[in-house]
Amino acid sequence: MSVKIEYHKFDVVVVGAGGAGLNAAQVASQYCKTAVVSEVYPTRSHTISAQGGISAALGNLEEDHWHWHMFDTVKGSDYLADQDSCEYMTRLAPEMIIALEHIGLPFSRTPEGKIAQRPFGGHTAEFGKRAVKRACYAADRTGHAMLKTLYEKSVDQGTHFYSEFYALELLMNEGQVNGVLCYDIQNGELHIFNAKAVVFATGGNCRVFQTNSNAHINTGDGLALAMRKGCSWSDAEFFQFHPTGIYGAGNLITEGVRGEGGILLNAQGERFMERYAPTIKDLAPRDIVSRSMALEVLEGRGVGPNKDHVLLKIDHIGAENIMEKLPGIHELSLVFAGVDCTKEPIPVNPTAHYQNGGIPTNYHTQVIKGNMDGEEYVPGLFAAGECASASVHGANRLGTNSLLDLVVFGRTAGEQAAKYAAENSLVGLVDNAGSEGVANINKYANANGKHTFGEIWGELTDVMQKKMSVFRTEELMTECYATLNELEAKMDDYKVNDKSSVYNLDLIEALELNNMILVAKACTSAAILRKESRGGHFRDDYPDRDDANFLKHTEVYLEEDLKTPRVDYRNVRQKPISVETFPPKPRVY
Amino acid sequence: MKTVTFEVFRYDPDKDKEAYYDTFQVELRRPGYLLLDALNQIKWELDPTFTYRRSCREGVCGSDGINVNGVNMLSCMTKVEDLGSDHLVIQPLPGMNVMRDLVTDVDDFFNKFITVKPYIIRKSPNPDKEIYQSPEDRKLLDGLYECILCGCCSSSCPSFWADKKYLGPNAFLRAWRYIVDSRDEGAEERLPILNDKHGVWRCHTIYNCVEACPKELNPTDAIVKIRKMLLDQQI
Ligand SMILES: Cc1cc2nc3c(=O)[nH]c(=O)nc-3n(C[C@H](O)[C@H](O)[C@H](O)COP(=O)(O)OP(=O)(O)OC[C@H]3O[C@@H](n4cnc5c(N)ncnc54)[C@H](O)[C@@H]3O)c2cc1C
Ligand code: SF4
Ligand code: SF4
Ligand code: FES
Repeated sequence: MSVKIEYHKFDVVVVGAGGAGLNAAQVASQYCKTAVVSEVYPTRSHTISAQGGISAALGNLEEDHWHWHMFDTVKGSDYLADQDSCEYMTRLAPEMIIALEHIGLPFSRTPEGKIAQRPFGGHTAEFGKRAVKRACYAADRTGHAMLKTLYEKSVDQGTHFYSEFYALELLMNEGQVNGVLCYDIQNGELHIFNAKAVVFATGGNCRVFQTNSNAHINTGDGLALAMRKGCSWSDAEFFQFHPTGIYGAGNLITEGVRGEGGILLNAQGERFMERYAPTIKDLAPRDIVSRSMALEVLEGRGVGPNKDHVLLKIDHIGAENIMEKLPGIHELSLVFAGVDCTKEPIPVNPTAHYQNGGIPTNYHTQVIKGNMDGEEYVPGLFAAGECASASVHGANRLGTNSLLDLVVFGRTAGEQAAKYAAENSLVGLVDNAGSEGVANINKYANANGKHTFGEIWGELTDVMQKKMSVFRTEELMTECYATLNELEAKMDDYKVNDKSSVYNLDLIEALELNNMILVAKACTSAAILRKESRGGHFRDDYPDRDDANFLKHTEVYLEEDLKTPRVDYRNVRQKPISVETFPPKPRVY
Repeated sequence: MKTVTFEVFRYDPDKDKEAYYDTFQVELRRPGYLLLDALNQIKWELDPTFTYRRSCREGVCGSDGINVNGVNMLSCMTKVEDLGSDHLVIQPLPGMNVMRDLVTDVDDFFNKFITVKPYIIRKSPNPDKEIYQSPEDRKLLDGLYECILCGCCSSSCPSFWADKKYLGPNAFLRAWRYIVDSRDEGAEERLPILNDKHGVWRCHTIYNCVEACPKELNPTDAIVKIRKMLLDQQI
């Protein structure tokens, strides 16, 4: 591979073109010269798949209040979220939705012409009394409508796009972040973007699990790049397993189906959620519904020849209603389950869906490094979206709060990065800038060993599925970690067959696989050490929440070998900006 | 287990003077096996140098439009068994420059869609709240906003092949999506672009694009309506 590098200078460079990246870019572009680099064309980012909605206490159909939304978010997080960030996000939500509507997002409407809203899991009125209609939506294509609107807006704002550019290394000069090294997938050339501020918005990493709802590109690259430069991954052990993945395929059936009246049934035809969450039933938060489903299966009430899943029934709301509000779900059920959901129930089981934690930031999206003694900023680095953690999701994210996170923290990141770029001058590159990234890509470009992507990725997702998903124990996770170490060793005896400089997917998959193994090790070590159950992290050997010892963020750093995780902790910011703290309570719904 | 023959277009500019076809026997490992599963099987088990695009794997990102036995489709939403043949010829989308194997150059396609100003243009000030839109007005956007930018339509269009500057069905569909939006006030800015000699008049209304669209959208209908609007304006 050539080491010829092309250089570019920008005020702000955004890595990632999903909802978070594009919102950051369209805002930053209003103030300064901004580039977006993305592994795929912007409209092909994973945000395009988001279905059910985006939350905001607009109160268009019934009374609602941001403070109730904030409470639901904190309680939903099993009290691990930072309450200042939760207040910031939920207060800003209505304004953000209106801004999206003004730039063209085709929201569904109420009869009076306002933005329509539907109920979603864990969203309640009056601090938990009853379910509330808070999710704004565009049929069941909310993410699609949002991403395209943001893309079109950022083109209009003059954002510079570099599509099918794959980020290899985050660049720094004496602790100051000053750019990113990228590989042009279309022709194999290397580029360095030297910038005053860098925004990471690289999305999630659920491709490490066998059954997942994620796109091929969700491999945790951003986390790996940041961790190799001394940043941590906050709350790494917390993943969201969404209750309604299509059985056998993992593709998502939005919670909006239950919001529109869908119910879950076991083999006896019983609406079992009435037993687990008497107040809000099928609209309990995802961690609770997933675990209830798993218990139904464990106790022999699953459906199908293997009694290993449950049914989601929606036909009772009528075919016309389904085709108007949930047309995408109808299509997905037909293709992936062979079921016409206007007539029959959809077979479902939990699917790995969302990375709750991420690169830690404060609510200004500045990346922080911290431990129990305090925290400091990483100058010039900002992060937003699923790859980041301002910590509004904690141990379990509420449905529709991710799209909200993207627009709120995406916009903040765009503003903050532009402000940072205005106040600081460009820091030059060090002499051998990018050498680590170049060495890494050369290692794989020239890899002529034995093991291939198909083989190792198969083993990785298999072990993560069996030993690190809905139920976890010390023994299983320790075995998992040992297997991950073996897989890591195999990466030194790897084979990239493709030697082409043009669209070399074999090479990109090698780089992604290397990152996936690193993030898998990081989250497994964090999970082993969190000896309690909280939100999406459920341990059979420690089934209760333990606030005395574990009401704190995990922060996984890398040791100097850049391979071995080192698990540290940081205090939860329990103090909101202006209101009172919601103290931890048992979570009943 | 049933196997199907995949005859796949191959071309790597780094080493091939000309394109050629490679043949693979692909196993259909479960009912409902998708074309994308088959492409992944080829790449992960038979020949890692084979390359193609894909991301969401559920028909919404528009990465994986390909041509199978002469018809454009998304690999991730098509069941191999539904194609009703044991021999499939797999090609990149026609009418676009091939970069390698099934990967085409889509910059031209994206740039054309951008020329029609696909964003809300407002002259009146925005209210503090949302701009009200009746459910009936919102319904006008159905069948338009769902486009996933896969290119299956433009790639099937004879006018798109013949005239390198022809904007193509997708761009017209997108333009119409904004023109009919009750919140938009930009029709005047868009209509001259659509009225250009590479605009809507180049369309022969032969509905290839409608047949090719995996999302069952109707670009030709949008074209006919744009033409009517242009004609009405001239009077
Ligand atoms: C099926 C589904 C339905 C969902 N529905 C909802 C919903 O209804 N409501 C809700 O709130 N949330 C929903 N979510 C969650 C939500 O969609 C995601 O969390 C969110 O879209 C993530 O957005 P993002 O901007 O952080 O990242 P993404 O949209 O994933 O974008 C990541 C970007 O980073 C780029 N990138 C990654 N790695 C690299 C690299 N190495 N180099 C260069 N670029 C890179 C990619 O190209 C991409 O542009 C859903 C998720 C799924 C899977
Ligand atoms: S109807 Fe018009 S746009 Fe569509 S394929 Fe035919 S010529 Fe092209
Ligand atoms: S109109 Fe249909 S075929 Fe054309 S780009 Fe959009 S979704 Fe694809
Ligand atoms: S992979 Fe996204 S549309 Fe097929």
